Amino acid sequence: MTFWALFSRNKGAVVGLGILAVITVMAATAGLFFPQDPFSLAGKPMSGPGENGFLLGSDSLGRDVAAGIAHGAKTSLLIGLLATLVAVLVGVVMGALAGYYGGWIDNLLMRVTEMFQTIPSFVFAILLVAIMKPSIESIVIAIAIVSWPAVARLVRGEFLSLRNREFVQACHTLGMSDLRIMLVEILPNCLSPVIVIGSLMVATAILIESGLAFLGLGDPNIMSWGFQVGAGRTLLRSAWWVCTFPGIAILLTVLAINLVGEGINDALNPRLRERT
Amino acid sequence: MTRLLDITDLHVALPENSQRPYAVEKLDLHLDQNEILCVVGESGSGKSLTARAVMGLLPKPHVRIAKGVVSFNGEDLAAASDERLRQIRGSDISMIFQEPMTALNPVMTIGVQIDEVFRFHEKMPGRERRARALQLLRDVHLPDPEQTLNAYPHELSGGQRQRAMIAMALALDPQILIADEPTTALDVTTQAQVLKLIKEMQAAHNTGVLFITHDFGVVADIADRVAVMQNGLLVETGTTEQVLRRPEHPYTKSLIAAVPDLVPRPARPRSDETVLKVNGLEKVYRSGGGIFGGKERVVHAANKVTLDLARGETLGIVGESGSGKSTVARCIVRLNDADAGEILLGDVDLRPLGRAAMRPHRSKIQMVFQDPFASLNPRVRVGKIIAQGPLMYGATPEEARTRTLELLETVGLDERAHDRFPHEFSGGQRQRIGIARALALEPEILVADEPVSALDVSIQAQILKLLDEIRDKMNLSMVFITHDLRVAAQVCDRIAVMQRGKLVEIGPTGAMFANPKEPYTQELLAAVPGREWFAKEPSARAQVG
Amino acid sequence: MSIAARRARYVVKRLLQAIPIVLAIVILNFFLLQLAEGDAVDVLAGEAGSATPEYMAELRAKFGLDQPLPVQLAVYLKNVVMFDLGYSFRHEMPVSELIFDRVLATLLLMVSTILFAVGFGIVLGLIAAMGLNTWRDTAISILSLITYATPLFWVGLMLIVVFSLNLGWFPTSGMENFAMFYEGWDRVFDIAHHLVLPTITLSLFYLALYTRLMRASMLEQAGQDYVTTARAKGVTERRIMFVHVLRNALLPVVTMAGVQVGALIGGSVIVESVFAWPGLGMLAFEALFARDLNLLLGIFLLSALLVVAVNLVVDIVYSSLDPRIEVG
Repeated sequence: MTFWALFSRNKGAVVGLGILAVITVMAATAGLFFPQDPFSLAGKPMSGPGENGFLLGSDSLGRDVAAGIAHGAKTSLLIGLLATLVAVLVGVVMGALAGYYGGWIDNLLMRVTEMFQTIPSFVFAILLVAIMKPSIESIVIAIAIVSWPAVARLVRGEFLSLRNREFVQACHTLGMSDLRIMLVEILPNCLSPVIVIGSLMVATAILIESGLAFLGLGDPNIMSWGFQVGAGRTLLRSAWWVCTFPGIAILLTVLAINLVGEGINDALNPRLRERT
Repeated sequence: MTRLLDITDLHVALPENSQRPYAVEKLDLHLDQNEILCVVGESGSGKSLTARAVMGLLPKPHVRIAKGVVSFNGEDLAAASDERLRQIRGSDISMIFQEPMTALNPVMTIGVQIDEVFRFHEKMPGRERRARALQLLRDVHLPDPEQTLNAYPHELSGGQRQRAMIAMALALDPQILIADEPTTALDVTTQAQVLKLIKEMQAAHNTGVLFITHDFGVVADIADRVAVMQNGLLVETGTTEQVLRRPEHPYTKSLIAAVPDLVPRPARPRSDETVLKVNGLEKVYRSGGGIFGGKERVVHAANKVTLDLARGETLGIVGESGSGKSTVARCIVRLNDADAGEILLGDVDLRPLGRAAMRPHRSKIQMVFQDPFASLNPRVRVGKIIAQGPLMYGATPEEARTRTLELLETVGLDERAHDRFPHEFSGGQRQRIGIARALALEPEILVADEPVSALDVSIQAQILKLLDEIRDKMNLSMVFITHDLRVAAQVCDRIAVMQRGKLVEIGPTGAMFANPKEPYTQELLAAVPGREWFAKEPSARAQVG
Repeated sequence: MSIAARRARYVVKRLLQAIPIVLAIVILNFFLLQLAEGDAVDVLAGEAGSATPEYMAELRAKFGLDQPLPVQLAVYLKNVVMFDLGYSFRHEMPVSELIFDRVLATLLLMVSTILFAVGFGIVLGLIAAMGLNTWRDTAISILSLITYATPLFWVGLMLIVVFSLNLGWFPTSGMENFAMFYEGWDRVFDIAHHLVLPTITLSLFYLALYTRLMRASMLEQAGQDYVTTARAKGVTERRIMFVHVLRNALLPVVTMAGVQVGALIGGSVIVESVFAWPGLGMLAFEALFARDLNLLLGIFLLSALLVVAVNLVVDIVYSSLDPRIEVG
């Protein structure tokens, strides 16, 4: 069966992909529908949803919640993808080296991941962003730093088991170089779990980003969902919509990515699915 | 004689879109008191599902009894309620399994697991249950029953675990014992002991035993009657004497013919030229230890191993698991680095060579691996798997392609295999691909590590024949690692017996089989299942083979 | 050796193994401090308004900042061992005192969250696995999918909107109502009352996690050979589920509970700041606002140590559940 046939057996995954497509389109067209700076005053403050031309209402400074959500989608997706990309790259390299060579590299890596498991990663991310001063780069770096060890552990495990497989040993008896064995023989065989963990990590990265922004550690020049919720929390009593809608946006995005991730998992590891 | 079990017209249905509609079809089978019935067949024959159908243990809801009667003392088990089946299981009919490690719950002690049998079938005070459990463990000859009762499965050896399983199965003196390949996962000497135990217990309790196996040697040792299954159908039944001596169905004949003889092959003249010499090879594995790690485990996997290989001969290295036979093979092909000793290929000692220095010698020693499913990269096409070696050593793509196609033909595969992926092939075909890969560099020495142990008997014979042919055709010398003395007898000119890292005995196959010098060699030979049976009358088998 | 003695030795061994991790965290903290403060003297001098270079050099010497890095590290290590985590200029109090004031509130929140999330997660996962593909399974799976994707701060705010502002069932913030001067059991009930919403908020994500894990783990274990053996012995399905399968299925859940403690502390920063729960997380939020990095680092260090301690406890619990772990 093709990848798509396997993927679409999981109905939730197809729904997730649909939601994700809508959000992506929303992010891509934000500038088209909401050409104004989402931080700017767009009309009467504290308007409810549907009032005064605000689809989802406005906040105490008259900012358009809908515009914020559209522009925030860009931020969430961008940071989620970038941070995951960096984390996966670093994680794959570290995990591959540790799993393949073992020895001190492996020891070092295991100690490092053990440490990362121990330190509260969100607190660590807060610290890193606070030290580096909030900006897109610092947020991406902070999220990547707390995320790569998971990838490294996974890849290490895969390499560890694959390097003892007989087909890899057969390559050794042919005298193949380590680099080639790692890249050509082993890596393609452990790509599917990496893709799965990567897709789920995008969701986690978006959650971390929104949490940072909620605490006031977002890039001050860029609209983000977490920031919107954080800014609206003082208005809970008078303007519930300011917090509610951006939160729903985060929820839907993360849910959609998780669903897609599971669909990819089912499609790439069909045997695992039969077991459950 | 009392009829315990009467199976008539049993159909076991597989889920839709399976390869065939029924796993077991039109099966008629019966089992009497005080007899051992062996159900023999290769993988996929439906023998295990038959056993499970009797127990009401089919993997529900996908696999089910579609039709037929399983009559146990007149009661139809196929129609019995779940609760009734539960009552019968463990008390009237019990079962032992292939892999005792996974068949026992890892977080419960042996004592608790035996105790459950009593608790769920009979009202008995705790002290009496314990006393009976102890007696059971004594009956199956487990050392130190008191301690075993409190032991967890991982604390016992494979053979001990299977003994504990047997004790558990016999706890309530069942009328029927179903044994599903109970010795397949065990070493040959352990297997012999467990088989003896099953026979002993069966005789003592007049039990009817339904024994599932793929091994005709085991059949010869233990069976009173034999039933042969193929693709879900019963093809032949009869007494052991009838089926083994005068098989009627062609499938039975071919299966029996495929059982390798314990009679060694005729000796061949040995070349004076030594191609490989291993001197005092040492390899020690250490695990645990470290700063906080507690006790360090030291395994001496190769302890001063010395052997030599003449041009054109096949040297077998035989031993049980943990004997170090694979370690020696892996050191020779330099997959593992030996700690000390010499590996002389011609005049060059390979042992101290680094990667770069080793490279020119790599092509001369190639390896064939055990597991045909793990030894081929699932993401690379067969043609490329074979051509990889020549390409690395400077062949042009055309040369490599021609060579690959030639090799495919040599190992008996169609040239269409070239562009396919490994998963499209059966186990035997994959092993052929693995052999072709090893031959691609035109080696002088082929090291084969258990090359047939993952294959069905009929396929085994073909691969062994192929290895023999290519050795002669390409003037190869071969090191053949195996745990199976019958296989060794078929292909090896000389045999080296290993035990716990040490080379116990080495010599020509014929001489060693006729007159084993070391006690361990004698023990190994005596443990080969079906030894007497198949040694008696080779001529009867020659006509079908 | 008796079992108790072996267990004691195991605990000591695990304690020793934790030392390098703790050391690594302290060193990491030291370097973060270097990055963050640059030079504490600049801060002090900045606050004092005007400072001559001579005065600053004098200050540096006083604080040991003119020493080479390794010496500073050694001094820092010594200070940490003495529980001297520096001084918070904003609160004008030693960091350690600030932290110890707040740690109990966080511990309370964490313990109640772990109990709630692990307990209900196991129960829900069990229900889902036993009714595989029934409506119960589907409902639990969908619910856990959604809660797994919900940002904590948003759940908290929504719960406040519904249960505090609209229904008035629970207080919106704080840990207790100081105005009432409750004592004894009344005070306990008051704190418990305040604890409900923060606990639920912090739990939801982990509840979803443990539910999914428990379900998957039950299903995996139910397919193992030993289950067939138990059936072949005539053991009842009830006992197979609740004794054989359950005990094996719990093992990964316990492991995960240990792994997730770190994440839980991260979540408590958000939850405490939403509910103004006076714990470490709230303190971290305040420190963040006041740019009090010294305090933030102290909290970071202590929370990491907390995780090490909890992991130790989890390991010991695990070793008593799984006989394959060598305690000898």
